[in-house]
Amino acid sequence: MATGKRGRRAPGVLASFVHVDAAVDAIRALRARGHRNLVVYSAAPFHEIEEALDQSVSPVRLFTLIGGLTGCAAGFGMTIWMSLDWPLLVGGKTIASIPPYVVIAFELTILLGALSTVTAVALLSVLMGKRGISYDPAYSDDQIGVFVPAGSDQAGPVEQLLRSAGAVEVRRDAA
Amino acid sequence: MAVVAPPSRAIRPELVINQTHAAVTRDVVATLEPASRGYLLLLGLAVAMFLGGLTTFLILVKDGLGHAGYTPPAFWSVYITTFVFWIGIGHAGTLISAILFLFRSPWRTAVYRSTEAMTVFAVMTAALFPIIHIGRQWVFYWLLPYPNQRWLWPNFKSPLIWDVFAISTYFTVSSTFLVFGLIPDVAAVRDKVTGWRKQVYTLASAGWQGTDNQWRHYSRAYLYLAALATPLVLSVHSVVSWDFAASIVPGWHGTIFAPYFVAGAIYSGLGMVITLLVPLRRTLRIEHMITDYHFDNLAKLTLLTGSILFYAYGMEYFVGWYSGSTFEQTTFYRRAFGSMWWAGWTMIICNAFVSQLLWFRKIRTNLTALFVISIFINLGMWFERFVIIVSSLSNDYIPWAWSNANITWADWGILLGSFGWFAMWFLLFAKSFPIVAIQEIKEMIPLPRKRVGGQH
Repeated sequence: MATGKRGRRAPGVLASFVHVDAAVDAIRALRARGHRNLVVYSAAPFHEIEEALDQSVSPVRLFTLIGGLTGCAAGFGMTIWMSLDWPLLVGGKTIASIPPYVVIAFELTILLGALSTVTAVALLSVLMGKRGISYDPAYSDDQIGVFVPAGSDQAGPVEQLLRSAGAVEVRRDAA
Repeated sequence: MAVVAPPSRAIRPELVINQTHAAVTRDVVATLEPASRGYLLLLGLAVAMFLGGLTTFLILVKDGLGHAGYTPPAFWSVYITTFVFWIGIGHAGTLISAILFLFRSPWRTAVYRSTEAMTVFAVMTAALFPIIHIGRQWVFYWLLPYPNQRWLWPNFKSPLIWDVFAISTYFTVSSTFLVFGLIPDVAAVRDKVTGWRKQVYTLASAGWQGTDNQWRHYSRAYLYLAALATPLVLSVHSVVSWDFAASIVPGWHGTIFAPYFVAGAIYSGLGMVITLLVPLRRTLRIEHMITDYHFDNLAKLTLLTGSILFYAYGMEYFVGWYSGSTFEQTTFYRRAFGSMWWAGWTMIICNAFVSQLLWFRKIRTNLTALFVISIFINLGMWFERFVIIVSSLSNDYIPWAWSNANITWADWGILLGSFGWFAMWFLLFAKSFPIVAIQEIKEMIPLPRKRVGGQH
């Protein structure tokens, strides 16, 4: 069953694996042959697959950092500005007193850090994800899917490689 | 022929009994099947309790807070007690879902989804109480820093404003953490169901397909969310404790309040986790996923936090005596031997003493005993907040103004209504979304391999 995104279907070969080591073998062999744009589906993140794909660290952390720092600055900025905007002198104490404002700044650090992290995942998944690629419901259950973008000239050897690695099903998607 | 790697070689067998990836999806999706009569009965009871609470609330809105048992000088009473109680309940959920995730504790996997849901619904329940308590609910937004007619801003030096920020952040971050964690599992359900349910889950799964790119960002983000939620949970009950500790009321003005409250919060939450999970695993038939081993670990955490609480109770009395302040000494004397002695001893017996039964493994693995103990914990922790709040306020510096608590039908109505509201959401969640984290359980179960002991 194909539930790719709307629009044009990406040409390529989709293989399903039940054995994780077979899928990893296939990924390594494909990468060795210069296929870099693989899409691998799995029901959970498996380290073996991540290693075989040689993934770089997600840039999500940058968003978390920027969100957190923005929250911290906003927390101190808001409390200090609002205190100075309508100064109430009580007992000769400091108008903009930093220690109690740490609580507000801390909470906003966490709040904006968390929200920007989740926003980053949504953005990066859309921006860095590939569209129009076939999917099978078994991939959220107990199978691993490997999609190899390939034109009609490359599809034959790729299919053969996937079958010999141990794919239980191989399907070709034409453009 | 390929064989499945024996589970015992990769994971401890007590964590997941006899499971394959397909069986995990099947068993968890089965929990979403049409409800049993027992479930519907429980849901009906919860809704009835909630409606009782709602009626009480509407009467309070119409007539004013006079119906509630506010007795001068104790203007914080059952509602603030119950607010602190529910906020505390949430803490165990975050401890299990975030802190134990950072500690890489594998046993959290089976129970964290339900505890995280408990957190969100407990905070949702707690958030109602300041609104109920302020009396004029229609101006609750005065608590927020918004530009008003006279350009006046909230007093950020007040712990009550810190609390507004702490609670709203806690609610937002916990719900984000819950929803974010649910996405891959909702996608797994989407791929198993049909008809209108498929459409609903397709929408809720936000286009999740489990691609390597999605997992790469997701795994990192989950780690950072856990890292952000961990200090947050410690801060929230610290801030709640400062609502009390930053004042000079005898019995409140203690430096131990923040750690004392955090330990108590986690202890109370663990009590509620056990109260919920014992019947839930049976109703949803997931005994092979949430095992005695999980309860044993939950009980050990309960014992740890209960013992910290035991120490804090002792230290509170010591500090009261050692302060040399007559007011402090009188307050603590009256907690044990004054007119509210019954509440004071309920708190000490249920929390400090009952938790010590969990030193025994036989009790930790006996679910009936654990369930009964968890009820005592819930009771004891409600009374702890009641004692701290009401006994201190009603016996402060001016003896002629001393009074006793006067709990009325309006207090009971709202208290029971809050349990109904909480249970209603929890039960609806358990039937609508995977209550056991499919994806994380699968992470622990090794996938089949071609090459096992040379077999092909």
